Amino acid sequence: MIEILRARILQRHRTIAWPRQEPILPDRFRGRPVLDPAKCAAGCRRCREACPVGAIETESGLRLDMGRCLFCAACAEACPFGAIRFSTDYRLSACRREDLVLDGKMKSCARTLDEQMRRLFGRSLKLRQVSAGGCNACEADVNVLTTVVFDLGRFGIQFVASPRHADGLLVTGPVSKNMEEALVKTYEAVPAPKLVIAVGACAISGGAYRGHPKTCNGVSSVLPVDLFVPGCPPHPMSILEGLVQWLK
Amino acid sequence: MKDFLSIAPARQIPIEAVPMFPVEEFRERVIAATRNGMRLIALPGRRTEAGSVRVLAVLASDKAGALFLGETEMDGEYAALTRDRPFAQAFERELAEEWGLRPLGHPWLKPLRFPCGRPGVTDFLVVQGEGIHEISVGPVHAGIIEPGHFRFQCAGENVVHLEIALGYQHRGVEQSICKAPAQRRVCYFETLAGDTTIGHTTAYAQAMEALSDAPAPPRAEALRAIALELERLANHTGDLGALANDVGFLPTASYCGRLRGDFLNMTALICGSRFGRGLVRPGGVCFDLEPSRSDELRRRLDEVEKDARSAVELLWSTPTVMARFEGVGVVSTDVARTLGLVGPAARAAGLDQDARRDFPSGWYRFHHIPTATWSTGDVFGRAFVRWLEIQRSLAFLRETLSALPAGESNRPPKALLPQRLTVTMTESWRGETVHVAMTDEHGALALYKVVDPSFRNWMGLAVAMRGQQISDFPLCNKSFNLSYCGHDL
Repeated sequence: MIEILRARILQRHRTIAWPRQEPILPDRFRGRPVLDPAKCAAGCRRCREACPVGAIETESGLRLDMGRCLFCAACAEACPFGAIRFSTDYRLSACRREDLVLDGKMKSCARTLDEQMRRLFGRSLKLRQVSAGGCNACEADVNVLTTVVFDLGRFGIQFVASPRHADGLLVTGPVSKNMEEALVKTYEAVPAPKLVIAVGACAISGGAYRGHPKTCNGVSSVLPVDLFVPGCPPHPMSILEGLVQWLK
Repeated sequence: MKDFLSIAPARQIPIEAVPMFPVEEFRERVIAATRNGMRLIALPGRRTEAGSVRVLAVLASDKAGALFLGETEMDGEYAALTRDRPFAQAFERELAEEWGLRPLGHPWLKPLRFPCGRPGVTDFLVVQGEGIHEISVGPVHAGIIEPGHFRFQCAGENVVHLEIALGYQHRGVEQSICKAPAQRRVCYFETLAGDTTIGHTTAYAQAMEALSDAPAPPRAEALRAIALELERLANHTGDLGALANDVGFLPTASYCGRLRGDFLNMTALICGSRFGRGLVRPGGVCFDLEPSRSDELRRRLDEVEKDARSAVELLWSTPTVMARFEGVGVVSTDVARTLGLVGPAARAAGLDQDARRDFPSGWYRFHHIPTATWSTGDVFGRAFVRWLEIQRSLAFLRETLSALPAGESNRPPKALLPQRLTVTMTESWRGETVHVAMTDEHGALALYKVVDPSFRNWMGLAVAMRGQQISDFPLCNKSFNLSYCGHDL
């Protein structure tokens, strides 16, 4: 017993101060891409050719789809003009798929639930997590939200064991064909009204597995999605901030 | 008489140097070699132009540190290796599923990954008798984990038999590796088993480097080893916390949950990603460690080691924890060897094998890590081996960080040589990770086989559950902590 108490003192209080204080992220963290199409040379496609997943369009001006982006920064490295860089801004979530496509202009982006749903779930949201072809990185960084560091419970959000106890699903993975039916059945088991959150590039667009015959190119092709959190995998702060902002 | 060809890991050889045997002789040679302590570590097939299937056996001699290769060509039926060598069971099921071969006498010829859909639809073994009942779990589990289906045959509270049906995570990775452009291909390895990003990307990078005869610079090899040990530390620490959670011992569960994140953040300090995404590429690594970053890493290691020791050692001094760990989910040395288990699960059962020591590649050729083994093969053994490995990885990191080789950390990759073959092995945190790669006459990848350690270990979990209480399943499962997507590919 004395050992347990001694360990408790040594381990200290570890919950981060966010949202009172901004989190400390590593300097090499690759967060929200910042585009400056004015710097692009006419006809240059180096970024597009470097991207492993086709997240970049250059035909009608530079555009980057965060829903497909793996945040590998190959585009930024390929660009000799500095038209793309990755900031350490971890706030990436959006409610509408089209809001994940960046073109260098500031635009309003819906990041909160509508009024009625917020009244229902704003103070208490129970989620059932479903991995549908996920590689266990998104799953791990969702799971970490329940540790003392992030302490998801203090925001009224909790993961539950049964879809029947849940208000919605948090889905990871590109939705493998072999998980499609199980995902749909799990969704059907959640009582309405219900919400769906797609976490990670795979769940949003298929990610590295986009176009594979054995996957469904993300959750949207199977279920209606209410919140998207980009990343491969998203930093836990991106997921946490996305959820908390959503319920605000 | 020809013999199997002996090669070193992470070296390339011309494909035609691999000796070919008639099916019967091939089978006898594999059986004879594995009687003398060699292990079967890969059995990939490929279609020949004539339409038959060429099967390559990769055998590993831990004592000699050498791999032995032999091939055969077959079509349709052949006498299953599994009849005599149970560790071939998953390999032969894979051959049957991918190439339509029929291993006669295979005692467990069930679908492996259900690549054509209808996952979980198969004939499960059914136990009959008074008081026998069936419990069916998954694919969607109660926690935040990957999907798989578990079918228990129980007598009261005790498990008579557990059958595991996977394939829900099948993404068709292997089929896409050869066709994919290089910039996308590395993304497959980063996400093959997302918690083993460094283990798989390192094996892939080494394969590409071997096939192009262009080794990575020593500094890159050292940085890869640092990342691989950080990956091991994060996962082992997380596993110890999860084991504590499964027996309801919350102090260690809570502390280790946090400490796991601290190790992930160290990887992020190196490359910006907690899982090592974007770090390892053929030719080297994309991020270097300047002295200040290296000092910061060492400072964090000192701090975390102290906390990890306090958190983990509570487990061994708490009788309620030990009562749940000891004697539960036992895999004997013989069973571990018979099933061909790898990694901490094998070492906990007394098998003294570790690819970092037996088949060193990269930085492990210069810097050795003592292998940690235990003899009990139970949950405690698997937990305690992890703790030993944590301590040894920490010491390794400190030494490597204090003596990083100078020089470049990246070289531009070269074109692959035509008609070559290589086998690379890394000891990732779950165990031996084997990649087999071949090029065609134009120097394009013609075959890429991935053998994740989970592929070798899932049967170990099923066997460990025999005669156990059903309530010990989460604990046993966590003590193996196997990858679903690494198996399903």
